[in-house]
Amino acid sequence: MANMELEYNKNLPKEKSKKFNLKQFLIDNNTYIILVLLIIISSMLSDTFLTSMNLTNIALQQAAPILVAIGMLFVIVTGGIDLSVGSVMTIGATVSAILISEMGANYLPAMIVAVLIGTIFGLFTGILVAYTGMQGFVASLATMTIARGVSFVLTEGRPVKLEAGTLDTIVSKEFFYPIIIIAIVLIVLFALVQKYTSWGRIIIAIGSNSTAVQLAGIRTKRYILSTYAVSAALAALAGVFIAARSSTGSATVGMGQELDAIAACVIGGASLAGGKGFVVKAVAGGLILGLIGNIMNLMAVPSYPQDIIKGFIIVAAVLLGILTSKSEKTV
Amino acid sequence: MQKEYAVQMKDITKRFGGVRALTDVSLNVEKAEIHALIGENGAGKSTLMKILAGAYQKDEGQIFIGGKEAKITSPKDVINLGVSVIYQEFMLAPDLTVAENIFIDKLADSSMFINWKTLKRRAKEELIKLGFDDIDPEEKVGSLSVAYQQIVEICKCLARESKVLVFDEPTAVLTFSETQKLLSIIRNLKKNGVSIIYISHRLEELLEISDHITVLKDGKYVDTVVTSSINKEELVSLMVGREITQLFPERKAKIGKEILKVENLSAGNLVKDVSFSVKSGEVVGFSGLVGSGRTEAMRAIFGADKRKSGTVIYFGEEVNFKNPKEAINKGFGLLPEDRKKQGLLLEQSIRMNTTLASMFKIKKLGVINHKKEKEYVKELLASIATKYGSVEDNVNSLSGGNQQKIALAKWLSADCKCLVFDEPTRGVDVGAKTEIYKIINELASEGVGVIVISSEMSEIIGMCDRAIVMRQGAIAGEVDKSELTENNLIKLAMGV
Repeated sequence: MANMELEYNKNLPKEKSKKFNLKQFLIDNNTYIILVLLIIISSMLSDTFLTSMNLTNIALQQAAPILVAIGMLFVIVTGGIDLSVGSVMTIGATVSAILISEMGANYLPAMIVAVLIGTIFGLFTGILVAYTGMQGFVASLATMTIARGVSFVLTEGRPVKLEAGTLDTIVSKEFFYPIIIIAIVLIVLFALVQKYTSWGRIIIAIGSNSTAVQLAGIRTKRYILSTYAVSAALAALAGVFIAARSSTGSATVGMGQELDAIAACVIGGASLAGGKGFVVKAVAGGLILGLIGNIMNLMAVPSYPQDIIKGFIIVAAVLLGILTSKSEKTV
Repeated sequence: MQKEYAVQMKDITKRFGGVRALTDVSLNVEKAEIHALIGENGAGKSTLMKILAGAYQKDEGQIFIGGKEAKITSPKDVINLGVSVIYQEFMLAPDLTVAENIFIDKLADSSMFINWKTLKRRAKEELIKLGFDDIDPEEKVGSLSVAYQQIVEICKCLARESKVLVFDEPTAVLTFSETQKLLSIIRNLKKNGVSIIYISHRLEELLEISDHITVLKDGKYVDTVVTSSINKEELVSLMVGREITQLFPERKAKIGKEILKVENLSAGNLVKDVSFSVKSGEVVGFSGLVGSGRTEAMRAIFGADKRKSGTVIYFGEEVNFKNPKEAINKGFGLLPEDRKKQGLLLEQSIRMNTTLASMFKIKKLGVINHKKEKEYVKELLASIATKYGSVEDNVNSLSGGNQQKIALAKWLSADCKCLVFDEPTRGVDVGAKTEIYKIINELASEGVGVIVISSEMSEIIGMCDRAIVMRQGAIAGEVDKSELTENNLIKLAMGV
């Protein structure tokens, strides 16, 4: 073994010296830097921003969109896209509400069933994409309409009220805001899954060059299928969170949530062409979007101009990513 | 008397970050000459040509085009100065017609309306000038063969009235007869006063066609020689700075029992009734023209494509691999011909690429052991003398030869008992070629049965124990080691 060690020292150029390179650091961490700057600026703009009440509020609000963004990220790194997440959220919201208030189920099994049913919609999209070769955009567009339609049928178009003491337990203060804890656990879990499991590695490899992955003896189709299932499961859970916060299961939640999720991934440096993207950065991207909304609310900016500002901030964040990563190729 | 130069590059230096890619490199191309540029992969040929093309900016040095100093800041400047580069990957729009492609840069300049008739007529004129009146200007470029696409690319450059054409590995994807045709076109261009800069790894070709040869090594200028005054061995020793005594290293493998027997295999529309066998420790060559069905036959065995009929006996057992995973599980591997499209994840790390087909070695219950992986990859890459910075670097930061070694390493790591190498040395320099041959020999001596598909006949002759020649999807014949000559191979491949 010691001999082997000597061998490489002779034959190979030394590993690049790990000197700190400020420019590279800024490029690699631009999402986090924007997030920190945003927090600093927000705390200067408003005294209420850094209060524990506001921060808790942000966490409660952002738990759902961030889970959706994580699911979206896994689809995006394979080179796909999932437009159905907003509608699958309604499945989570309405199914859990119906089970609890109309069938008298306990909130915990109701959550699990809601997530499982939501996952079925992801499997449907995933099968279309992986096994029929339909494009993710088209397949998930179909699922998007189907899922929301199903929710409207289930609720007959009326929001389902949830009584106090049922699903709202998962947003209650006495239990230390379970949805925040669940969200943090899932963020950590999926960040580790992406970095350390073969699943995480294979899906990013598929996004880089699926032919090469297939020829290396990996059955790419089932991996592609799995990303849509994960995305739908997380979306359904996010729907449950929303139902819990509003004490209603409604078929109208999650409108446009797919676009926020895509924006979060892209602000976090993911490429829609696939092969690039990180869970933690997508979470940071989601928080950036959430904080912008929050600070504008605190400063009483009316909601329509908020959208305009948000749009430009997405452009600015992504542009920054493009400009800083533009480096000359070596030979 | 001062010579007249079409292109003069003087003392060009280029740095990427802290790395010097070129140091004081000079290149003088006379008017109406064919000037070859050679060097191993990573010697700086591509960088030098990208500077000439305006894709990169030089850090130091001067460029003169037609005797005047040229200030090049963008590719457009260079085109206006009459210099065009024909890259390996053509810059053609496959869904547009031949005529549209030839005049694509003029389409934008002209007035609002396009005169399709004139466009078509002028395209036809350009094609006739090159002697290709059989190409229809109205045909879509995507439906042409690679060789014809190259002709369209050349026409496009000539239509811009280019005085200097740079060819970057133009024959890498061409068959023997197509290559001959291209070389005669290039000679004609020279006669018409066009200067050619010609980059290729095929030394025979350079010696045949060029007037001068400039040799680069490690980003430095070595020498410019008159082609008629040098032979192949001298050229190689200039390139590598040492003499390669033996391009094809000796193999001491013991040929053992038959491990693969293919009978009456048919697949797709091309492969019909193919039968052959491979023994352990044996290197079997597959020769033939491009498109003769070699790759398709192997892909069908490997499970990458469906097969129609036939049987495959592998280690005494009949197998029908439905996908590559089943093949790899049984120790049957295939290195695909196109490393960029089928072999590598260019934008991902060396580490990830190396272990892609053998993740089982470094994972437990789905979790990858990064530390173990890193050590494993370093050890493996050292054993095949791969040059790289860090295992975390992206594969596209490596030179062609080293990229190919990563693609090979992926298969070495998968512990195959029978391995197909499809064009293992395409676009790879002489030094790396020998190293790849050594790896193949080593595999054979470990008892692996190796199949080498190659369009370079010298490679088949130098490397293989016997060769099987395919023509039009069927086996045209088998040639034993003692009878392996170019003549025999060509006869079978062409059916004469």
